[in-house]
Amino acid sequence: MLNITELLDEIKASPFEEVVITAPHTGTVEFVVDAPGANVVGPSGAWREKPGTLLARLDREKNKKPIHAALKGAVEHVHTELAGRFVEAGTRLMTIRHFLSKEEVLDRLLRKTLHLFNAPERAKYYFRPDIDIKVKSKGCQSVEVRPDMDLFIVSRMKRESQLNYVGPEGIIYAVYFEANQNVDAGAPLIGVCRKDELSAIQDVVSRVQSEWEEQG
Amino acid sequence: MDIDKTIFDLRERLKYIQDIFGPKENENVLLLRAKLQEFEEQLPKLDPSEQIRQTSSLEDLFGFLEKKLERQLTPMDRVRIVRHPQRISLKDILEHVYDNYTEIGGQDEYSVDPSMLIARAYITRRVGNKVFNQSVMVIGQEKGHGQEFRNGGSVKPWGNAKALQYMKVAETENIPIHAYVNTPGAFPVEDYPGAAQQIARNIYEMAGLRVPVIAIFSEGGSGGAEAIGLADVRLMLSHGYYSVISPEGAAAIEGRIRQGQRVPPDLVEKCAKQLKITAEDNLALGLVDRIIQEPVLGARTEHFDFFRTLRQEVINATDEIVLRVRGMNYFRAKAVMRQKKSPGANAENIFVRWKLGGAARERLLWKRYQRFMTMSQHAVLDRRSLGRRVYDYGTDLGWSVYSFFKYDFWRKHQKKVTQVAEDVGAEFQVVLNKCFAPIKRIKGSLTGSEGDGGGDQCQLTQLSRWEEREAESKKEYLSPKAKQDLTITCPNTPIHGCLDMWAPDLFGEWAGVCIHCGHHFSMEYEWYLHNVYDPDSIREFNAQIEAKNPLGYEGLDLKLEEAKRKTGLKSSCMTFEATIDGVNVVTAMLTAGFRGGSVGAAEGEKFIRAVDRARKKHFPFIAYVHGTAGIRIQEGTLGVIQMPRCTMAVRRYLEDGGLYLVVYDTNSYAGPVASFLGCSPYQFAIRSSRVGFAGPGVIQETTGMPVEPHYHGAYQALSRGHIQGVWDRREMRKNVYQALLTVGGRNLYYR
Repeated sequence: MLNITELLDEIKASPFEEVVITAPHTGTVEFVVDAPGANVVGPSGAWREKPGTLLARLDREKNKKPIHAALKGAVEHVHTELAGRFVEAGTRLMTIRHFLSKEEVLDRLLRKTLHLFNAPERAKYYFRPDIDIKVKSKGCQSVEVRPDMDLFIVSRMKRESQLNYVGPEGIIYAVYFEANQNVDAGAPLIGVCRKDELSAIQDVVSRVQSEWEEQG
Repeated sequence: MDIDKTIFDLRERLKYIQDIFGPKENENVLLLRAKLQEFEEQLPKLDPSEQIRQTSSLEDLFGFLEKKLERQLTPMDRVRIVRHPQRISLKDILEHVYDNYTEIGGQDEYSVDPSMLIARAYITRRVGNKVFNQSVMVIGQEKGHGQEFRNGGSVKPWGNAKALQYMKVAETENIPIHAYVNTPGAFPVEDYPGAAQQIARNIYEMAGLRVPVIAIFSEGGSGGAEAIGLADVRLMLSHGYYSVISPEGAAAIEGRIRQGQRVPPDLVEKCAKQLKITAEDNLALGLVDRIIQEPVLGARTEHFDFFRTLRQEVINATDEIVLRVRGMNYFRAKAVMRQKKSPGANAENIFVRWKLGGAARERLLWKRYQRFMTMSQHAVLDRRSLGRRVYDYGTDLGWSVYSFFKYDFWRKHQKKVTQVAEDVGAEFQVVLNKCFAPIKRIKGSLTGSEGDGGGDQCQLTQLSRWEEREAESKKEYLSPKAKQDLTITCPNTPIHGCLDMWAPDLFGEWAGVCIHCGHHFSMEYEWYLHNVYDPDSIREFNAQIEAKNPLGYEGLDLKLEEAKRKTGLKSSCMTFEATIDGVNVVTAMLTAGFRGGSVGAAEGEKFIRAVDRARKKHFPFIAYVHGTAGIRIQEGTLGVIQMPRCTMAVRRYLEDGGLYLVVYDTNSYAGPVASFLGCSPYQFAIRSSRVGFAGPGVIQETTGMPVEPHYHGAYQALSRGHIQGVWDRREMRKNVYQALLTVGGRNLYYR
């Protein structure tokens, strides 16, 4: 039996991810952001082409290499004692505390609690027609799956074959693929939860939705 | 008299005047506004006869001041006139100038591209008692009167493709083409067929259209205008403009305006003035043949007299072209010429059949070619001495005569003899083989298999290796960047984790190529001169032809001097003869260091002369584009005209059987890519270069959509079919040589 409260408490105890910024190569460090507590942003733009906040520069042989923030968050600690000094590659320069958003927390929880059924190859995936109708009309949580159940149609270059579900018996809680979109091999298709765990999962989702406060 | 209607009309006229003069405070406009307002306030108090009297005096005042305002029009005011929604559109012209028409290739928004309108129209002429219906193909950009789906006459690549298709149809049907140019510029997207590619294709094909083409310019925005503007007679509406770039675009470049910032209006006015975009300017520069006078403050839909003038002018122009190239024409040609000068004459009285025979079509093409070749020649600084010019002319003539005897006369006969000899030889070989077959069999079984010989075969079938030539190249040229003591980070480090490189290694031994991911850092053009061509084989010609400032554009003289001093070149185009593995080639090179590799009159002239030299000497022609930002905007339309000029020269060369290769390096954009470079059937790019029509900033500004970071990348261009291959810089010599052998065929460079 899942202990949802424990899981949630675990995340609540440390509701962030610590990102350590290290020197990519040897060089002299010059900090741009040097005060803890500063808010930084990650890359943005439709193609993430705009780099995040400039954190520091590393100078080696007159080559100034900028170091940008890779995630949104707040600067927790800066090794200011290194400013102006020559460091080796891999030296810790600063730590960024990235606060988890609602979606990230939910995703983490679900991936921990659900059984993920992954795509065996890169292809387009569809539910079998009768299941598809059921999913569309009543939602995916109305579908019960059993091991070896004929569940998917795999479509690749006009070749269609069936794919049987492998895993524990339960109901489909989340669908991770879209029709007409290719899914990479190893990417999850559906998340299945056991029937008896359904109420617990629903409970945790609603708790996250209502209780989780986003920070930063 | 309907007072209300008159007042409404006057209000509309005032609104139009205010639109044209924009934000500027003009005392005449203020006066008109005050008078109209005053009259409207007093109107209820006046008796009917007084109302009529004052209305007519107000109308007179409007007429008088409109004429006065007409004289005050600045070039930017003219730009606002052509962009005004009340301006005549192509549909109005089709309604009023032609007797009947059928729109083809779409209708309103149900069209491949609603901004390109095509119609089969006819003009009816009554001469004596006879009635003649003469068909024409009308092609032009349509803005509509504020119709959003027309996209302001900005044609997408597929719209230009449609135009080209129907030009070909007109050629098949042997009917003249009337092209109405009314576009602020082409829509800059690279989606197939690609803005630059399609314009290049259009210009190339138009250079060889065997029917009379007349272009009438209302708004001629650079590449978009050239896509349908290459014509035998170019007419221009008096209030239109024809320019290399929109005044706003020029101001943004001049003022170094960043994205999102607003261009100052006075800078736009200044640029509009300096670019020499008006009809008078273009006539004076020799880029258009005649101006069609419009009513005061520009032609609008209600100016029916203007449509009559336009009809006369297009008929006259078509007659003129046809009579210029046809046999039986003496009296009629004179009469048509006379008519052009006398305003009252009726062009329809003289009948000229617009269908052309075979010989006339050839003459038409030749005249068109000659006409464009002489354009803009005055905009070039030629510092050659008289003796040198005579010598050059003599050499040129010598090569023409030599090439005629060697290739046109001798080779034709030689070919016949060779063909007969080959056939006879082959027959003989069959007999011989039959006789000696038993002996060969015995001999073969004794000696075993024979090894294959010939290094040439190896060259063609094996991949070349950079290391073989590495030591050699280092001796020849050392990039100044290789002398710096610094490390360089590859831009692909976040993706591929490339290690930092030491500049002397990167730009010395590795030829500016990241050894980890293969990213190409930009390299000076000298590197190519030393590593692609045979040592000491480069012989430059026409080096004394210099870029100058033909329009007297403010500050350009200084910038040119600076560029000349910095680069040691006289223009951004360097032309030379050289050999590659013993194969003679002529090369025109656009260097990015000289004003961004922009093309002006001098560059165009040098390019044309280089193509001509290659044609006369029967050498392959390579255009190596180290980088080009497009047409040099400070030369205005004199720069734009290089697009059709160079393309025509290239077309003549290709039709004569030449081999034309284009290699792009670093960044190549705009005009040149959309004409004489883009028309080559064999285009290659050095890896990590960018090729396209408009840069990302311009695309975002024009279309409002951001483009992905690698939108113009060489591999993207390859997958769109723009270029035919992506080359490693270090392999360029081998690749060019292989292309010469394989594309040029067994006889290397000439079909």
